[in-house]
Amino acid sequence: MSVSAVPPTDSAAPAEEALRPHAETAYAAELAALAAADDRPRPACWQLSPWAVATYLLGGALPDGTVVTPKYVGPRRIIEVAVTTLATDRALLLLGVPGTAKTWVSEHLAAAVSGDSTLLVQGTAGTPEEAIRYGWNYARLLAEGPSRGALVPSPVMRAMSEGRTARVEELTRIPADVQDSLITILSEKTLPIPELGEEVQAVRGFNLIATANDRDRGVNELSSALRRRFNTVVLPLPASLEEEVDIVSRRVGELGRSLELPAVPSGSAEIRRVVTVFRELRDGVTADGRTKVKSPSGSLSTAEAISVVTSGLALAAHFGDGVLRPGDVASGLLGAVVRDPAADRLVWQEYLESVVRDRDDWKDFYRSCREAAEH
Amino acid sequence: MAAALAQYRPDTVLIEGPPEADGLLALAAHQDMGPPVALLAYVVDNPAQAAFWPFAAFSPEWVALRHALDHDVPVRFIDLPAAHTFVHEHEEEPEGPGIDPIAELARTAGHDDPEQWWDDVVEHQLVGDGDALAPFRTIADAMAELRPPGSEPSGGREARREAWMRRQIRAAERAGHRRIAVVCGAWHVPALAGRPSVASDDALLKGLPKVKVELTWVPWTHRRLSQHTGYGAGIASPGWYQHLFESADRGTVRWMTKVAALLRAEDHSVSSAHVIEAVRLAETLAAMRGRPLPGLAESTDAVRAVMCEGSDVPLALVQDRMVVGDRMGRVPDEAPTVPLQRDLTRLQRSLRLKPEPAERELDLDLRKDTDAARSRLLHRLTLLDVPWGSAATSRTGSTGTFRESWRLLWEPELAIKVAEAGIWGTTVESAATSRARDLAAHSGSLGEVTALAEACLLADLPDALPTVLQALADRAALDADVAHLAEALPALVRSLRYGDVRGTDAAALRELAEGLAVRICIGLPPACNSLDAEGAGAMAGHLGSTHAAVALLTDADELHQRWSATLRTLAERDTIAGLLRGRAARLLLDDNQWDAAEAARQMRLTLNPVTPPAEAAGWIEGFLAGGGMLLVHDTRLLGLVDDWLTSVPDAAFPDVLPLLRRTFSGFDPGVRRTIADRVRAGTDTPATPDRPGFAPTLDRTRAATARRTAAVLLGINHAPPGARGSAE
Repeated sequence: MSVSAVPPTDSAAPAEEALRPHAETAYAAELAALAAADDRPRPACWQLSPWAVATYLLGGALPDGTVVTPKYVGPRRIIEVAVTTLATDRALLLLGVPGTAKTWVSEHLAAAVSGDSTLLVQGTAGTPEEAIRYGWNYARLLAEGPSRGALVPSPVMRAMSEGRTARVEELTRIPADVQDSLITILSEKTLPIPELGEEVQAVRGFNLIATANDRDRGVNELSSALRRRFNTVVLPLPASLEEEVDIVSRRVGELGRSLELPAVPSGSAEIRRVVTVFRELRDGVTADGRTKVKSPSGSLSTAEAISVVTSGLALAAHFGDGVLRPGDVASGLLGAVVRDPAADRLVWQEYLESVVRDRDDWKDFYRSCREAAEH
Repeated sequence: MAAALAQYRPDTVLIEGPPEADGLLALAAHQDMGPPVALLAYVVDNPAQAAFWPFAAFSPEWVALRHALDHDVPVRFIDLPAAHTFVHEHEEEPEGPGIDPIAELARTAGHDDPEQWWDDVVEHQLVGDGDALAPFRTIADAMAELRPPGSEPSGGREARREAWMRRQIRAAERAGHRRIAVVCGAWHVPALAGRPSVASDDALLKGLPKVKVELTWVPWTHRRLSQHTGYGAGIASPGWYQHLFESADRGTVRWMTKVAALLRAEDHSVSSAHVIEAVRLAETLAAMRGRPLPGLAESTDAVRAVMCEGSDVPLALVQDRMVVGDRMGRVPDEAPTVPLQRDLTRLQRSLRLKPEPAERELDLDLRKDTDAARSRLLHRLTLLDVPWGSAATSRTGSTGTFRESWRLLWEPELAIKVAEAGIWGTTVESAATSRARDLAAHSGSLGEVTALAEACLLADLPDALPTVLQALADRAALDADVAHLAEALPALVRSLRYGDVRGTDAAALRELAEGLAVRICIGLPPACNSLDAEGAGAMAGHLGSTHAAVALLTDADELHQRWSATLRTLAERDTIAGLLRGRAARLLLDDNQWDAAEAARQMRLTLNPVTPPAEAAGWIEGFLAGGGMLLVHDTRLLGLVDDWLTSVPDAAFPDVLPLLRRTFSGFDPGVRRTIADRVRAGTDTPATPDRPGFAPTLDRTRAATARRTAAVLLGINHAPPGARGSAE
């Protein structure tokens, strides 16, 4: 069984930390209420109509008074395009930097469309072709020879034969030759089994949701043949500063508890500053929209902002006075921004000198960052 | 609109627009006329006061106009004459109804996007072949609901316009027309349908002041139609509407095919399968959103997800080229001349600059008002791409900053260029301002924008400057090449020194220049690493020009310190080419940041057998580039150079020779001779340890000569040379 680093899930994750139930179990009541209220046409084998799937993800109130909680907070358009893609039986590719809720969205889409989010292939550098096509039960293979009984179907193969939604996580981490075994499945909707001279044909309702990180370096780019089989939806980073500060504070609080770090007041000035710096460098323009800045080579995702604040908090707790101060986050920030020692250092210095220095209430922050940058 | 007119068969068409244009309407049917075009009205005495009525091919007014002309139906404009509206412009009245009626209706219907609601409820309903007039009736009813009688104050601009329109409708009825089609904003319908008494209208329109106006057709662009400010029509997606207007059927399919063709032309691989999937996605999306047909939002979402792989970069291209579109209108030659030409003629007369087909030279003294105005005019025309004058070197050879020389040549083609420039504005100044703004928005490199900023200053266009400076700041922030920044800085500082900038602009310009200098300070040391001889030479030039520019920025102590620190880094870092280190050392010495002893120490560190000879020669070249007088006066430095030169191994000498020759040949012959004399005399004899380069005692005879000259320069009376001389 291959294991890979699971990307940080979105902050909207349910509170249950360990042994978290699948989406279709956790939100069974909402799905049932939606199914009852849903009178619109459903595509073959879909549990809900596209409209109801979108409502499930975006939240809303039903005629019978049931309140559907929003699973995804972000542009409505994104979810509508994603659901419609699945309805036109095109495969869906969710792209985004870490921390943009790709996995979360894919799980809930599968749960709402097929009532089952467990047909999952986790992509890693070592994912074999068997994980996507099929494997063999070697004891039976030796005993009986090639037969349907000796064949171990992959989640994708099961989804095809049952007309459900399969999920592939971190598609770009899978080696290119293994990725390409998806081409036949997606274009011909069939999976040949040459050993048996048979094939598995996809039943109506089969579809595939893949997620991938578009800013990571060193990934296996999708071949254009495979790329063509997907409709691509890019999940954006949090739209506003407040939203992102909120996500970071919440996640830092959760992580801090498990590391037994002191609690930070939500929306503390340092968190706000770190998030502001991340956003400004990422967007290439200052928050007031007046000055442009260069963007460094790193992805500066929300997940990284969370780790900068958490490590700053650990520094403050173990070596400082327990209060998060500019000096505690400065070195972490430098590490997050300066990935390429030559180019990014310039970017960071320019940013410090042309933006941070002129902010009146950022003086101590500016000093700490300069000190960190000089050592 | 076309369907409604075809069904109604009007015997006269009245359109909301300036009635002065009636004489020009026939031109609309001219074969050389191609929308988008605009009717331009301007005050004859003051062309800067102008108004535009833009028309796209899909504008209802244009459709009605063409219908009338094609069917030989009389057509007239019935809005309040521009002659009156111009006088009233200073009243600062809110134009239009004050509320957005469509938004109001959409909100009532429970939609938050008015344009989308309009498309769904009105535009897409026209597709059927039912009663083409029905939508118009519905809208009229809706507007009547929004404007119950007596809900608005009488008087005011809107009331006067409606009164005038009613008067024109009555006139048409009196003329015996029975089937009158009035094309106007839906908002006006209730006011025009209801008939207050003739007397009350007359009262409203009585004694309106007027000015003399003229009108003409000018070509327009889709891009300008989409602008919400200025004279744009505020149509966000003219290209999309043009497409809907032109394509008879299967609008989504045609649109996707066009998008695919555009993306292919830009090297994106887009296959027919992509088009098919995009159309399917758009249609399903529309169905899910409960819309009758895919609108622009659905099409854009589908293009992004299927053809652009989720990326907004190619999508921006689609947005720019197709949704807005770069269609440019055409106007027949018979259209009256544009006001820009009139303004130019007026300026040419008042400045006594005749457009002559023979080349002639013109020397301007910018201290004189007329000459300054002439210079501004020529600079502005250059900005407008009307190259009447080109900068020339003065025949008299005077080079003061208040002098400018031009070579003037008026070629007939320039008249066409003026007509083309008419799209930018009605006067030379306003046109040059808009053109400069547009150039700032579309120029690529930092150098271009810097040149543009300088041009704006020379052409005295203060209104364009903020936009240009913002563009400059943006380019500077994103430009990773220090050389570009260094090229931009001197021009900026020059502009600042030129003192032609007014009030707040000077502060903005200053801030910009200082910001640029700080960026150079940060970026210069890494950029100077590991350069070859050619690169180092270019960078040495930048170093010098930046140094001069920074020195000219007064009251910036922090910046000066930072710059000195940067120079010190350059001078002391081993990995930097000798030429640059020498240059930096010299600049520090000239600036009194280093004293002679420190310079000598650095020279000793560099000029020794350990340093590769070519490197050392480069150092000397950089250090002495500012002139050789230093060696004449500081015998210690000369001694160091001399010692080093004698220690260069024979094998390396031929490599070093050209560099040294280049260095020393740049000196004045006198300096060269003096140095040679010093070397011949031996460098170490006369020098005193505390004052290198000075004799131990004062040479009174030579001092007296210098003293006399100084006295003349200072205007001091010629004091008798005496014993006090040495004390002074």
